Amino acid sequence: MLTTFPRLLLKHATERGSAPAMREKEYGIWQTHSWADLAALVEHVACGLHQAGLRRGEHMVIVGANRPRLYATMLAAQSLGAIPVPLYQDAVAAECVFPINNADVRFALVEDQEQVDKMLEIRDRCPQLSNIFFDDPRGLRNYMEDGLAGLDELIGAGAAFSKEHPDFFKAEVDKAQAADVAAMFFTSGTTGNPKGVVHTHGTLIDRGQAGAEFDKLSPNEEVLAYLPPAWIGQNIFSYAQWLVCGYVVNCPESAATVTIDLKEIGPTYYFAPPRVFEGLLTSVMIRMEDAGALKRKMFHAFMDVARRVGPARMDGKSIGFGNALMYWLGNLLVYGPLRNNLGMSRVRVAYTAGEAIGPDLFSFYRSIGINLKQLYGSTETAVFVCLQPDNEARADTVGVPCRGVEIKVADNGEILVKSPGLLREYYKNPAATAEVLTADGWYHTSDAGFIDAHGHLKIIDRVKDVGRIKGGDNDGAMFAPKYVENKLKFFPQIKEVVAYGDQREKVCVMINIDFDAVGNWAERRNLPYAGYTDLAQKPEVYQLIKECVEKVNADLSIDELLAGSQVSRFLVLHKELDADDGELTRTNKVRRGFIAEKYQPLVDALYGGKTEQFIETVVKFEDGRSGSVSATLKISDAKTFAPVKAAA
Amino acid sequence: MSKKIGDVILDVNNISLRFGGVKALTDISFNVKEHEIRAIIGPNGAGKSSMLNCINGVYTPQEGSITFRGKTFSHMNSRQVAEMGVARTFQNLALFKGMSVIDNIMSGRNLKIKSNLFMQALRIGPAEREEIRHREYVEHIIDFLEIQAFRKTPVGQLPYGLQKRVDLGRALAMEPQVLLLDEPMAGMNVEEKQDMCRFVLDVNDEFGTTIVLIEHDMGVVMDISDRVVVLDYGKKIGDGTPEEVRNNADVISAYLGTSH
Repeated sequence: MLTTFPRLLLKHATERGSAPAMREKEYGIWQTHSWADLAALVEHVACGLHQAGLRRGEHMVIVGANRPRLYATMLAAQSLGAIPVPLYQDAVAAECVFPINNADVRFALVEDQEQVDKMLEIRDRCPQLSNIFFDDPRGLRNYMEDGLAGLDELIGAGAAFSKEHPDFFKAEVDKAQAADVAAMFFTSGTTGNPKGVVHTHGTLIDRGQAGAEFDKLSPNEEVLAYLPPAWIGQNIFSYAQWLVCGYVVNCPESAATVTIDLKEIGPTYYFAPPRVFEGLLTSVMIRMEDAGALKRKMFHAFMDVARRVGPARMDGKSIGFGNALMYWLGNLLVYGPLRNNLGMSRVRVAYTAGEAIGPDLFSFYRSIGINLKQLYGSTETAVFVCLQPDNEARADTVGVPCRGVEIKVADNGEILVKSPGLLREYYKNPAATAEVLTADGWYHTSDAGFIDAHGHLKIIDRVKDVGRIKGGDNDGAMFAPKYVENKLKFFPQIKEVVAYGDQREKVCVMINIDFDAVGNWAERRNLPYAGYTDLAQKPEVYQLIKECVEKVNADLSIDELLAGSQVSRFLVLHKELDADDGELTRTNKVRRGFIAEKYQPLVDALYGGKTEQFIETVVKFEDGRSGSVSATLKISDAKTFAPVKAAA
Repeated sequence: MSKKIGDVILDVNNISLRFGGVKALTDISFNVKEHEIRAIIGPNGAGKSSMLNCINGVYTPQEGSITFRGKTFSHMNSRQVAEMGVARTFQNLALFKGMSVIDNIMSGRNLKIKSNLFMQALRIGPAEREEIRHREYVEHIIDFLEIQAFRKTPVGQLPYGLQKRVDLGRALAMEPQVLLLDEPMAGMNVEEKQDMCRFVLDVNDEFGTTIVLIEHDMGVVMDISDRVVVLDYGKKIGDGTPEEVRNNADVISAYLGTSH
């Protein structure tokens, strides 16, 4: 079925115009926009944009959180044959310059004053940026800049235009083909400038359908849209699949109210990166520790039951009558209320993706009866490559190929994908396109992995990051930094890890503690601390982290491939790695090379055998000012284990 | 950026206030124009809060008068002042700690509620409709102050910076023409101060509310106010735009001391 997003919108508006399309919580009440309302809004925005001069094939930037009118504007731009380019709303102004200039953007729709200020700040570097529209007029009354206008005015003008030209909108929508470019997503990229990933209506809709078929999604699903719309994951779940299935997308009131809104909406289809699941679990655990003795005891007793039989139960295996009875009781007393508290009572399908999820974390959710699964995909593949079937969810694999996908493992261990959802190209970057998309139609994911005995795909690391230990006891052993980092990050006390070891004689890591978890741990032990930096350098904290590192080493020592990747030395960083300081990407992935340069003295100290090292770092605050933090960091050794050879 | 500053809305004439032998304020005169942000600054004990309390009707000055929208008065209780459209926030927060954010802000609507206690208690027809109307207004304030996540949280559990915001919200609920802010940024960290500054400017901008504020943070005062009055030992030693005040020799010596 070949179609475009605006046509899907019109189809829903005609066939089931009064059904809810979006909800937005405003002034404490959920306000519903029906498909018919939405179609009318899109028509008005489209007419307004046309009058303002937006033309077919042109790019339009959209910056903001999940707001119905922002989604409507994406649809409006597509109706005119223009290409919406969502950008991350928390990016600093300078980061918006490249995408805007790269795509010759003249039109921007932004959410509020904060974003308007950003656009105005970079205007002298983006001279072609002529029209900036804003959704929320608050605080903008006295802005007199040229080309700045409210979305309300645009809609007003558009409504008048569509009255005069009632056939204009429909005619514009009919001009578009499925093979036309629908949207462009800039990938954060760990090095160099971001790349614009070009997707057509066809690729996005096809993948949206493939995912919907896999999980039998219906128009009755409820989704909460709370991650940045510039991320393809959010865009697929609250845009492509929304229009494909016609379900309801709910927009939270603000970033701070997401947990409250989650409870009120009770989504049936839920998607989040592992860190969100982790945050939820941490908050539950902390609150549980503060609960009364009876409640705590009950919680732990039944969580033991859940841990024992829950995952098997979710996989559809028989667990015996006694266990089933205990689980039933636990569901009544603990799991049910807990799911309700997490806002997941109605979740039918939940996905985590983006990075590896800890086995404990993963099985926690499954054990209390939430159908959490993993999927594999990227911006370039329009998300859906592999998905886990309901009864076969495991923490260490990412599922089986879904409809239309072919997978092949190259000689160097790289995963190659063929799918109807592959990107058309990187915008204005044929060299990069040629690198990932070979003439025979295979997309090179740059992930290293293999297909396991059950046909599930397992990912180890990025191909380019997989290295070799050089010299020392483990000369020539395979080193997979991400794999080591993830294993450490699965401990709730550890937030971020950067591992080094390629072309060196041993593996050393820099660790960020999780301030909430470790802070709470310290308070319980009456361990006073002045702040993040102070807490990070406490000897007790070092001991705690050391135990984590050694557990990981013990675990790695039984892994035939990666026994050489055991961690010899570590340090705890004095500041949190931050995307604003360039240490993480906007999707919170560590930029290993950049960090190694920035913290060169620390890396030298790790390998030079020093026991402490002074470091001063410049930090950028959210308002754009910078300051510096300095500290003397301790460096600790960790015990490593002799590799256990597999007994054949 | 330009905003329209109107005529004088509040005129303070020769106010003197004594507590026994202590002269809190001596012969103070200044005026406040409509839509402006007027700051009162001065060292500790200069009489800033006393001045606000006089305008607010909490203290009755022994001498002098205050003219509000052309009506002159020398004795006025705080309820009458509130009915005239003057609201205030407090230096040491005077919120109902056990009540939710919504209820605290609703209490600011008290003067606007027309139905009687009996009808409200039983939620009889008009009382319920009225409550819904007021609740809607309160929701706009909650949205404005970005405290949606705390609607139902008891105020006592909120961090200090947020409590200050609720305090401001309650004052806004009165739909005041003049808003008196007693050290709105005291005890806040940099980020909270920035937020509060933005809210003060937005209140002034969106609702056109005239604002009289007492503040210690000179950076804040110089950034956001249109005109500044400087008090020292109960006397007025300076009055003018931030620029004028900054260059006033008396003000400099009051703040930095003089060499003898």
